Amino acid sequence: MAFFKLLRQSPLSARIGLAMVLINIFAAIFTPWIAPYTETEVVGDVWLPSSSDNLLGTDHLGRDMFTRLVYGARNTIAIAFATTILSFLVGTIAGFFAATLGGWVDQLLSRVIDILMAFPTLIFALMVLSVIGTSITGLIVVIALLDSTRVYRLSRAVAMDIEVMEFVEAARLRGEGIWWVMRREILPNAMPPLVAEFGLRFCFVFLFIAALSFLGLGIQPPLADWGGMVRENAGAITFGILTPLWPAGAIAFLTVGVNLIVDWFLHIASGLKD
Amino acid sequence: MSGLFGLVARRIAMGFLTIIVISILIFVGVEALPGDLATAILGQEATPETVAAFRKELKLDLPPHVRYFAWLGDFLKGDLGTSLANKRPVAELIEWRFANTLFLAASAALVAVPIAIILGILAALYRNTLFDKTISMVTLSTISFPEFFVAYILIALLSVQIIIFPSISNINEQMSLGQKIYSIILPCLTLTLVVVAHMMRQTRAAIINILASPFIEMAKLKGIRRLRIIVLHALPNALSPVINVVALNLAYLVVGVVIVEVVFVYPGLGQLLVDSVSKRDIPVVQASGLIFAAVYVSLNLLADVLSILTNPRMRNPK
Repeated sequence: MAFFKLLRQSPLSARIGLAMVLINIFAAIFTPWIAPYTETEVVGDVWLPSSSDNLLGTDHLGRDMFTRLVYGARNTIAIAFATTILSFLVGTIAGFFAATLGGWVDQLLSRVIDILMAFPTLIFALMVLSVIGTSITGLIVVIALLDSTRVYRLSRAVAMDIEVMEFVEAARLRGEGIWWVMRREILPNAMPPLVAEFGLRFCFVFLFIAALSFLGLGIQPPLADWGGMVRENAGAITFGILTPLWPAGAIAFLTVGVNLIVDWFLHIASGLKD
Repeated sequence: MSGLFGLVARRIAMGFLTIIVISILIFVGVEALPGDLATAILGQEATPETVAAFRKELKLDLPPHVRYFAWLGDFLKGDLGTSLANKRPVAELIEWRFANTLFLAASAALVAVPIAIILGILAALYRNTLFDKTISMVTLSTISFPEFFVAYILIALLSVQIIIFPSISNINEQMSLGQKIYSIILPCLTLTLVVVAHMMRQTRAAIINILASPFIEMAKLKGIRRLRIIVLHALPNALSPVINVVALNLAYLVVGVVIVEVVFVYPGLGQLLVDSVSKRDIPVVQASGLIFAAVYVSLNLLADVLSILTNPRMRNPK
């Protein structure tokens, strides 16, 4: 298979990245079988050091840290993934429409998005969340819409280049509809840059949700979530207990992994040969 | 030269327009609150009379466009309204916090910008050596780390393991500059680490881009030394992208400061914004949001104007 051939030629950094991401995906899928306790079960005293019962000790309410970490993988990654998918659906469809239709549709969409992009994302999200309150659906929709502006920019630029090719013109002369052209002619050719961007956007969204949860405005307890877990356990650090570093490190671990893969992918997509 | 002036003037006008549109967005965002601001704050069990009185106090009985212009007019005069949470004037709450935020961001920038540019130049000069690869690996990790991870590692190392710096950056007006600087060392270091990574990578890319151009090839063929090529030939031409990178990162710094302020309980505007969002103190949220947005837009504007000024090719857009 082409994928395995590609993998065999991949540099060490990309393989490390892939392994890091796979560990996370494994934890997110097989959560109940890996975690020794349930998500909100109190198993002992507050901030216990690690032992054979509690691999990474306990958190600020005496729940098992390792269990929370594994459940956190499922919640945090699932929400970030759903957000990125939604952001790409909105962003690419709008971007392709702007590129294929051109004219006032393009002008209007691009100007609106210019203004949205001029607004710092974190501040915008904080303001919107202060109005609509914090719910998971709200969180996903708000961040996806904010992030889709970046996807729009890229997919519009890529589609513009493809749109002027002869095969697109041929399809149009055949009388194909605009939706067909977008789906069958433009999308397959726009895939490589979009896939690399998906990795980058996922990292961004993931860090963004973690930041919001850390500020107490993202995913709400008792749901285990890495950003929120850092916030809940932050007090421990001044006693020299390193509990908050586990979830924070987990966030860093996943983003480094994804970035390593994206770096490799960008390298292939740009056609560079060492 | 008039063309240049026109271009800059147009860009500045666009910036102002953006800030106006953002202020409308901020205002309309609150309008879109399900139900009504008054009921949202007072809760479901409030009597109709108290709600009506509260609506009058917030001037919610006037039509939206009248209130928008009244709000904007007051804002420009420096009257930011009163906080719903503690009934104090918003301007009073914001003023010294904003100064604190600028102090922290400026200190971080003062440390980060020279380091980033020097490291970027060195990495470009010795590219593909062990030095370059190490730096690139370290910066890639720092970019991937959330700010609070960096912050807590620094706390764990420098204020718990070895007790040299305070883990809480409490500052007040009575402190001398030296005391202030001492208490913001950890947040400043956190911001520096995060921003240097971005800035350094982009500086390196900008310089490597220039190094591929024919006039550098010519300089090499003439036998000029590497350092001289970088400093005298590449750097002046890389100035425009580098200035752009610096301004964009400063904009990032002003916003990125929010999380670092929360970690170190630093009395800045970001901390105030986050507190007010969870208390739903709308006037404070609106005012601090608009200030953050204005600073961000202005710095982006500065980046654009500077790159127009330093790069003659951008004066004649196709």
